[in-house]
Amino acid sequence: MTDERESRSSQPVPPILPNPPVVSTSLPPSNAAPSVIRDFLNKRGSGRIADNSFAALMLLCALSIFAIVLFIFGILVLHSRPSLVAFGLKFFTRQAWDPVSGDFGALPFIYGTLATSLLALCMAVPLALGVAVFLTELCPRPLRAPISFLTELLAAIPSVVYGLWAVFVLVPLMRDIIGPMLVKTLGWTGLFSGANFGVGLLTASMILAIMILPIISSLTRDIMNAVPNSQREAVLALGATRWEMIRIGVLRNSRIGIVGAIMLGLGRALGETMAVTMVIGNHPSIAKSLFAPANTLASVIAGEFSEATSDMYLSALIEIGLALFLVTIVVNAIARLMVWAVTRNAPAQVH
Amino acid sequence: MATQPLSNQPPHPMDFQTRSMRINNARRTLTNYFISGLSILATILVILPLIAILFYLVFKGASSLNLNFFTHIPAPVGEQGGGMANAIVGSGIILALASLMGIPVGIAAGVYLAEFGRGKALATAVRFTADVLNGVPSIVMGIAVFSLLVQGRHFSAFAGGVALAIMMVPTITRTTEEMLATVPHAIREAALGLGVPKWRTAVSVSLRTASPGIITGCMLAFARVAGETAPLLFTAFGNQFWSLKLSEPIAALPLQIYIYAISPYDEWHRLAWAGSLVLIVLIMVSVTLVRIFANRGVLKGGS
Amino acid sequence: MGVGILVEDLNAWYGTTHTLQDIRLHIPANHATALIGPSGCGKSTFVRCLNRMHETNPIARATGVVKMGEIDIYKEASPVEIRRRVGMVFQRPNPFPTMSIYDNVVSGLKLNGFRNRRVLDETVERSLKQAALWEEVKDDLKKKSGASLSGGQQQRMCIARALAVDPEVLLMDEPASALDPVSTSKIEDLIFQLKSQYTIVIVTHNMQQAARVAENTGFFLNGKMVEFDSTHKIFTNPKDKRTEDYITGRFG
Repeated sequence: MTDERESRSSQPVPPILPNPPVVSTSLPPSNAAPSVIRDFLNKRGSGRIADNSFAALMLLCALSIFAIVLFIFGILVLHSRPSLVAFGLKFFTRQAWDPVSGDFGALPFIYGTLATSLLALCMAVPLALGVAVFLTELCPRPLRAPISFLTELLAAIPSVVYGLWAVFVLVPLMRDIIGPMLVKTLGWTGLFSGANFGVGLLTASMILAIMILPIISSLTRDIMNAVPNSQREAVLALGATRWEMIRIGVLRNSRIGIVGAIMLGLGRALGETMAVTMVIGNHPSIAKSLFAPANTLASVIAGEFSEATSDMYLSALIEIGLALFLVTIVVNAIARLMVWAVTRNAPAQVH
Repeated sequence: MATQPLSNQPPHPMDFQTRSMRINNARRTLTNYFISGLSILATILVILPLIAILFYLVFKGASSLNLNFFTHIPAPVGEQGGGMANAIVGSGIILALASLMGIPVGIAAGVYLAEFGRGKALATAVRFTADVLNGVPSIVMGIAVFSLLVQGRHFSAFAGGVALAIMMVPTITRTTEEMLATVPHAIREAALGLGVPKWRTAVSVSLRTASPGIITGCMLAFARVAGETAPLLFTAFGNQFWSLKLSEPIAALPLQIYIYAISPYDEWHRLAWAGSLVLIVLIMVSVTLVRIFANRGVLKGGS
Repeated sequence: MGVGILVEDLNAWYGTTHTLQDIRLHIPANHATALIGPSGCGKSTFVRCLNRMHETNPIARATGVVKMGEIDIYKEASPVEIRRRVGMVFQRPNPFPTMSIYDNVVSGLKLNGFRNRRVLDETVERSLKQAALWEEVKDDLKKKSGASLSGGQQQRMCIARALAVDPEVLLMDEPASALDPVSTSKIEDLIFQLKSQYTIVIVTHNMQQAARVAENTGFFLNGKMVEFDSTHKIFTNPKDKRTEDYITGRFG
């Protein structure tokens, strides 16, 4: 059988026949309906204009996300110009905060933000990891859904409600019970000196810790669930205890993602406003004691914005807002990259 | 080996009962139980504040919830019988404004990411920016909108709506995109194969199939901004009286709770607790509805 | 009332992969033409080029001439217009899950703006009868969703959906490969009945199916069309050795 393709210049091409008469014997011919439909469809246009304008509209809305970021950045820079010009970068290293004389420096607030956030992380991370480990590896199946639902409910409570509870429950608790206890046991560290009115750095850190717990915990759970079961089985097959399996098979694989989750919690802590404002004492000072009242970048804006009468005062506060904006964007961007790197192949969740 | 076994025979390699091995095993088992205990403790410690807060809210707030609360505006200081009706209505107005502005833009952006932008670098950039925007503190949004819409003019409900809308857009974009991604490609192909134009396929097939999940996402975004106070501090500002005008300052529930909470008056504290209870109930109802909806929607909508 | 398809020098690429090379053939009107060949030889790509469906993939490209009746579908019409005149049935049934059976069948009409209630009702009945599904679903047309039927019924509904727009050509990409033998034979009977009214192109892995159903058969291999002739000729006395090897089961 030789290949005779060359001898045939083209396939047998019968002339294109005119449509043969309808010969169907089994089906009732309904000639009226088909031609109506075919007629209608043939008259419809290609829809190209509609397609293009629809796509353009969707694109415009997608670009609005960039527009929002640029808008916020632009307007904050614009309105903080007086302060930017007057103080330059030294704004963030000066300690003064005197609205009367127009002398402003943001160092106390940076200290307050960092201190509360880091303290909150110290308290929240072990607990969040513990909850995540419990829910993914140790929890009996029927309990899993209700308990995870409860932890997610924690995330749904508004900041102001946390603040309200903190003011009327946590503050007295701190003043009357926890504070004296800390002085008695850890007073030698010098961290618990000075008067204790219940408000201050420590109280703010505690309520902050409760608030960032859910996000760290649920993200860590996602990351741990993204580790394939084959890893767990491999470690178990070597004779590991359950904790060793978790440590070696799961946590070690998800280190980067967990760091990312912690950073996201940090990002949240940096910007948390209402609850912190209500219990931090609102005093621009840097003190060693954890009982001392302080202020964070977010809480000074919330507390003093409506009292900013002079232009310089207002622009100093807006400059603080600008700094907060940039810092949280950077922290969140790094955190998201880390989480994405680990959960790339796992089903996504929105947080 | 630290010690020899008692018998005179040489130790068998599979003999796991040497003393050091036993000590090691005991240590490992103990560590295992210890860590398990720690994680259970952690879970309890986490759930405890939640229960404490809820319990306290009901305890302190429920007694103040009467008809007055829902129908009256705040009474002058010292008088009894005030309510937070204006704050509840005000919140409703601001949220309606925010939803009207934020939900269409968010869904459209999500449609772009899922239907038109698949694989393009622009789509990845938009997605990443939306995620990052979700982490920006809400007070920053508030002062940005203040600088744009309030400075030089006055506080307004409209400004409050804009601030909340800006917060809703990134969340809704991401959830819409993710829900649309669950629509099987075969269904889009079926529609395209029938000669349905791409825009019609996106609307009548993709969006329609994913609509339970998309609605869920919108409700989640709604619940999230319903409790936000910071962006409203300098936009809507709050109002002690009835106000329905969009260009005037307006009361909002979380805002009013804040103002009352930091005030020195007991009567206002009482109202703050009641308001918090109402706010929490509304939010939790939405979150629970979302859960139920999501479970059913996933079974109904996708393949 | 089908039309013939003339293909000349059709080449197709997915990205840099040259998936179809110099395809040249004529598919006669009102006949069923089968396309056979081993996996990955380009049969599905070819069929998707016939209604420009391969363009839904952004990295796909095609050159050449495809004439449906008198119209060059690449130069003289838009993809949307072509797809309205060509029906397509896919390998796996893909009914619209949110629509009832009724809405599924007339989706090609409704989603293109057709509103006449009476004609829609008639079309549903006609198409479902053509697809031999009418008797099984006529009482549940608006009550049941398209996705609630069995696999074989879903595929017949997809065939009805393709027929409802009164196409001139019907393309079927391995329509029975995901179905059980009973449904498969029902679909083969369908094709046998329909081919006098439409031009049918059916891609199939199953050579016996091609032999049962089609008057002409084309054999594809590695993106080239090796042989195209009457089914009887291909299966009893093929001209090309590669065709003979495939038919006798030496590969694929």
